[in-house]
Amino acid sequence: MINTKELTIKKTHEALKKGDFTVLELAETYLKNIEEKNKDINAYLEVFDDIKEQAEIAQKKFSDGTATILTGIPMAVKDNILIDGRKVGAASKILKNYVASYDATAISKLKKEGVVFLGRANMDEFAMGGSTENSAYGPTKNPYDLERVSGGSSGGSVAAVAMEGALVALGSDTGGSVRQPSSFCGTVGLKPTYGRVSRHGLMAMGSSLDQIGTIGKNVDDAEIVFKNILGKDIFDSTSQDAPENISTTKPKKIGVPFSFLKQGGIDESVLSNFNETVEKLKKEGYEIVDIDLPNNHYSLAVYYILMPAEVSSNMSRFDGVKYGEHKDGKNLLEDYMLTRGEGLGKEVRRRIILGTYVLSAGYYDAYYHKANKVRALIADDFRKAFEKVDVILTPTSPTPAFKIGEKSADPISMYLADIFTVTANLVGTPALSVPSGFTEKDGKKLPLGVQITAPHFREDALFDVGRSIEGRV
Amino acid sequence: MITVADIEKLSQLARIDVSDEEKASLAKEIEAILSYVAEIQKASADAPVKEDYLRNVFRGDVETHESGIFTEKLLAASPDREGQYFKVKKIL
Repeated sequence: MINTKELTIKKTHEALKKGDFTVLELAETYLKNIEEKNKDINAYLEVFDDIKEQAEIAQKKFSDGTATILTGIPMAVKDNILIDGRKVGAASKILKNYVASYDATAISKLKKEGVVFLGRANMDEFAMGGSTENSAYGPTKNPYDLERVSGGSSGGSVAAVAMEGALVALGSDTGGSVRQPSSFCGTVGLKPTYGRVSRHGLMAMGSSLDQIGTIGKNVDDAEIVFKNILGKDIFDSTSQDAPENISTTKPKKIGVPFSFLKQGGIDESVLSNFNETVEKLKKEGYEIVDIDLPNNHYSLAVYYILMPAEVSSNMSRFDGVKYGEHKDGKNLLEDYMLTRGEGLGKEVRRRIILGTYVLSAGYYDAYYHKANKVRALIADDFRKAFEKVDVILTPTSPTPAFKIGEKSADPISMYLADIFTVTANLVGTPALSVPSGFTEKDGKKLPLGVQITAPHFREDALFDVGRSIEGRV
Repeated sequence: MITVADIEKLSQLARIDVSDEEKASLAKEIEAILSYVAEIQKASADAPVKEDYLRNVFRGDVETHESGIFTEKLLAASPDREGQYFKVKKIL
């Protein structure tokens, strides 16, 4: 009997190499966990039916000596990342029967390593949401408390890992969609530097913000998967490699925007846990520096202008002509109206309408253009802060996981959950959410997380500080 | 002030059929979101901002693959086709 709770990628690799268990036995252990838990948690929209074939390919790599660290590792994949020949639908009705025509670059890299893809993970429709309640196939529940949300939008990927339904997972992060659910479910979630992982084959939401991210039970696992999917890609002109002369000095100074944390709206349990983490890092020998990010409080407003603007443009591809569902009307215009009206969910419709507004003549300057200028100011604040400190530390989310339905009637209260995470997407910096302890609500233990942000291409600094927070240095 | 007529116009522009009931709730929600994001008007964004981290990325305008090798696979995903074409209703 394999105890998946004790497994890490490195331990699994050693065990597979020694033959303690086979790739198939490992995958079947996870499949059994999924069978037990998925009906309650709803992390997976589909479990693939060719696990045996995938496991055979991976096992062969062990027998012929070509196995690498990720060979045979069971992974969940968010439903907006394309795997050739498999269904993929962004948890939307409009892509109900859509089958991917090609592999995302991240997927083709992982296929070469012999990763075993267990299934596609639930999400907020087209990654629009922070709770996975916007899925057309029902919310993903929090494995720690089934009355609470898993967070989102990569709630399914994160819950799959948290419920021992996969060792690691891929998600996508446009405003915190890997990090916020990770903090809600006690996993490690990485949003890499913008462009460090190719977006080719990731369904676009906000193209200047989107990044594929990795999820694991610990920093090492998230790091290993990240290192196997990064790199410049001819299919994504915004992708890039790290500059060769990039510094790799160990981080020593941690900046904390204390004044930003005093603005209110942060749960008491989050604040006290955050302060404990700061104390712990001081004891580890880090220097804590109070930093000022004067334009940071505009981040959420800037994000909720630029993101819907990019959404309204990206979502125009769903026209019922080229692929996806089609609803028939009297003429082509009605075909479009009905296909999109019925196929796209409420939050997606809301963001498209909002984006259409901020881009329309007469409002473009006041909203979209101004937001771009403020985005540059926020980026400048970060550049200045990183002259003084090596990384920046904040909570990942202002609250622990909230109850299902608690925020769904009020979009703004839902959007406020992104207050600490959107900045990294606006600025393009890498950020990592690391579990920092638990709080108790209604008699249930709920995970909390802290977020580390580093300068562009300094994921190594995130992993260093992340390991200190894990206490495994 | 966002009115139901504004939502009507925006939904036409965005090619999304929206029910009358949803138009009324969208008018309120969009109004609330806009009043929240309007706080960026207070930011001083007149100072010149360094934007040298943005640059254009080009590639040569060349054939990247043999013509036609993906055609069948992509057309197979369409709701309606005729031969090598996507089929749509006539416009005029």
